[in-house]
Amino acid sequence: MAPKRSSAAPSSTSATATSTSSSTTPLSSGPRTLSANSSVSEIAFHVWHQYLTTTSQRTLLLDAFMAFLVLVGGVQFAYCVLAGNYPFNAFLSGFCAAVGQFVLTASLRMQTSSSERTGATGGSANSGKGGKAVVARGEADGGVSHERAFADYIFGSLILHFFCINFIN
Amino acid sequence: MAESSVDVLLKGGSGRSARGLLRIIILVTIAAAAVSSRLFSVIRFESIIHEFDPWFNFRATKYLVQNGFYEFWDWFDDRTWHPLGRVTGGTLYPGLMVTSGVIYHVLRFLTIPVDIRNICVLLAPGFSGLTALAMYLLTNEMSSSPSAGLLAAAFMGITPGYISRSVAGSYDNEAIAIFLLVFTFFLWIKAVKIGSIMWGALTALFYGYMVSAWGGYVFITNLIPLHVFVLLCMGRYSSRLYISYTTWYALGTLASMQIPFVGFLPIRNSDHMSALGVFGLLQLVAFAEFVRGFIPGKQFQRLLTASIILTSGLAFVGLVVLTMSGVIAPWSGRFYSLWDTGYAKIHIPIIASVSEHQPTAWPSFFFDLNFLIWLFPAGVYICFRDLKDEHVFVIIYAVLSSYFAGVMVRLMLTLTPIVCVAAALVLSYILDIYLKASPGPVTRGRSNEDPSDGLRSARNPEVGISSYFSKAVTTSALIVYLLMFVAHCTWVTSNAYSSPSVVLASRMPDGSQFIIDDYREAYYWLRQNTPANAKIMSWWDYGYQIGGMADRPTLVDNNTWNNTHIATVGKAMSSREEVSYPILRQHDVDYVLVVFGGLLGYSGDDINKFLWMVRIAEGIWPDEVKERDFFTPKGEYRVDDQATPTMRNSLMYKTSYYNFNKLFPMGQATDRVRGARLPAESPQLSTLEEAFTSENWIIRIYKVKDLDNFGRDHNSAVAFDRGNKRKKATKKKGARVLRSE
Repeated sequence: MAPKRSSAAPSSTSATATSTSSSTTPLSSGPRTLSANSSVSEIAFHVWHQYLTTTSQRTLLLDAFMAFLVLVGGVQFAYCVLAGNYPFNAFLSGFCAAVGQFVLTASLRMQTSSSERTGATGGSANSGKGGKAVVARGEADGGVSHERAFADYIFGSLILHFFCINFIN
Repeated sequence: MAESSVDVLLKGGSGRSARGLLRIIILVTIAAAAVSSRLFSVIRFESIIHEFDPWFNFRATKYLVQNGFYEFWDWFDDRTWHPLGRVTGGTLYPGLMVTSGVIYHVLRFLTIPVDIRNICVLLAPGFSGLTALAMYLLTNEMSSSPSAGLLAAAFMGITPGYISRSVAGSYDNEAIAIFLLVFTFFLWIKAVKIGSIMWGALTALFYGYMVSAWGGYVFITNLIPLHVFVLLCMGRYSSRLYISYTTWYALGTLASMQIPFVGFLPIRNSDHMSALGVFGLLQLVAFAEFVRGFIPGKQFQRLLTASIILTSGLAFVGLVVLTMSGVIAPWSGRFYSLWDTGYAKIHIPIIASVSEHQPTAWPSFFFDLNFLIWLFPAGVYICFRDLKDEHVFVIIYAVLSSYFAGVMVRLMLTLTPIVCVAAALVLSYILDIYLKASPGPVTRGRSNEDPSDGLRSARNPEVGISSYFSKAVTTSALIVYLLMFVAHCTWVTSNAYSSPSVVLASRMPDGSQFIIDDYREAYYWLRQNTPANAKIMSWWDYGYQIGGMADRPTLVDNNTWNNTHIATVGKAMSSREEVSYPILRQHDVDYVLVVFGGLLGYSGDDINKFLWMVRIAEGIWPDEVKERDFFTPKGEYRVDDQATPTMRNSLMYKTSYYNFNKLFPMGQATDRVRGARLPAESPQLSTLEEAFTSENWIIRIYKVKDLDNFGRDHNSAVAFDRGNKRKKATKKKGARVLRSE
């Protein structure tokens, strides 16, 4: 739960604190309709546990990368706030690189994990090579196959980092 | 019958390729028509750059081609804004110049020697052909009918609303920007439909190109987030939306910051904040969706909406607080004038003084768009019937741009593409119904064989379509409308939009054409007869032309970055000579150039613009220049005997009418623009002397006198000279008479 909750943080800078709390309200109240007696921490733990069990290994890797990016972005932002923003170009390109890469990774995760999720609910958390059926379903779902999604991801990242290096001065 | 052979051609496997070929041929023809209808001015006049701003773009392009890209990027121009100079490389949108520079070098590489001027002149028509193609792609995303795209492309190719800014020679930012606008929207729609990073990234790339080309990119920056926001509010969040938008925003913002002129604006300026806000919102929504995957709850949707409203409210409050505290720059003046049409007139006269920033007069909608304008609402209605994601986009675009087009004449340009899309949707819809299985025109009739079309006609009962009579009536009526549209477009293009405005044309009484070439005559005079560093003072409208054609330094030009400097020129023009002369001396002015249309009846001259000079000067020196003083007690703006003393003593008045009465018999001097009879006495100039007046008196150039040799002030020196000369002349005459006898 923890990395995902903070994952919303860096992108919306000003409204961070309030937004996370507001987005946890549905989280805490959602199960309340199911089981009224469970406390918030229990629900959070339940969600976290469910997340760990249902998510495939590859997606977890992506999530770890995203958490790392959030950390990098957060550190840069904190530095900017605390120590001043003197090389503003450098800060911006660093921060934008972190945010952009996070967003791209999130997109990749959405494209690749949506079919896995449906496969996982079917029974086995099959994370191996996406078979024909999974690919076909993925194409039917989002219109993008896994290989294509990854190629797109590379393409987007290349552009992103080209701009960042160009901008960093 | 011929019909059967057509059927063979259009059905089955060979039919598909035949249709594809036909479509390509039609598109190429449309592009050719789009290009050729913009060549009126080249054929009638010559291959010349038009108007004002294009002259600067042309000059910058020449600089780029001569000095290379890096020099261009660091270009500090000391020949404009005379004492100050201008950091040109950092204060322009380089997309246009770089595009033509690249084309130039590619052609050179292919060993096709082309003059850079011809590339600049023909760039706009060339890109309008591409715009037609982009329009085809965009409209194809909206409609299942294949004829819609072709119709939209044809409309876009010849509609006057777009031609007005893209005739050959109008080498302006809009020339390529509209193509980029349409193509960016096409890529965006594609990205939303497919939801792949690649399309999002391509959107961002073209968005970056657009940012480098035109300040109107802010329109895209606000339209796409609005589209996403509306889709979110409609409960249409999907991972496709997240992927395309976040990719576009992350890459597009970075891309736009690469342009020095834009710089940090995307994170500082309020114009760009909505994009950031929607970006953050989308992260929250995505996260909420993610959590929802774990907790199935019925109340989730409602809570989600509540939290969206809460956060957007908080973000809005945060935005207001940040704007108040000055972290984010306030909205730019042009933006305010979009919402409050009176704003610019009160606060920023320099924006209001530009004619293309005036509100649109209603006939110009019909003038520019003809019958498309009344098909437009119907097209929007059709979008409501389908209401997929892309149709929402059309609706938002239509609403926003029709408002903006009503506020500013120039923004008619952004309205035109969506009008073409909507009208094409309607027309193709009607034609698909009424041309079903009728041997109508091949290009439109062949759309009926498409499978998707069969579905549509199956949905609509065949009532009223089976009768050949109604088919014939409707189709022929539409064809008449289309023909009228073509005729109207050609007429408007040839009559209204193909004048270079550097070269004027009028008709002699016998119908032959009479070319008025005063501008180039005067600028060429300047180029030949003045030192290369002579500073020319004129009103800012002519700054770019002087820089481009006469190649002389100017005080102010059309890049109105320094209001005070412009106001200084305005003050010099609107004050008495005793006040103006020190200003002229301080700014090293050698020549003063005024545009005067009184002889020819050319209404765009400086006396008619004079009130704006007064207003702008009054904005800075309210004590010294007062607009009221230029009006008669009755509140009239006059130039004849009744003119106020302030008016008659102003430098502008004097330079315009100096010696004008000598052209006419005694007391007959009339100003044909204002229809006023001028005073019998010519205004006296003491600090300036006439240097050049063009053939039709449109341009008058005055040399600023040096300080007097004996230390007198100019007034008394002139008075002394006049007295002296008279005496001398009589004496000489007398002497000569004596000697000869």
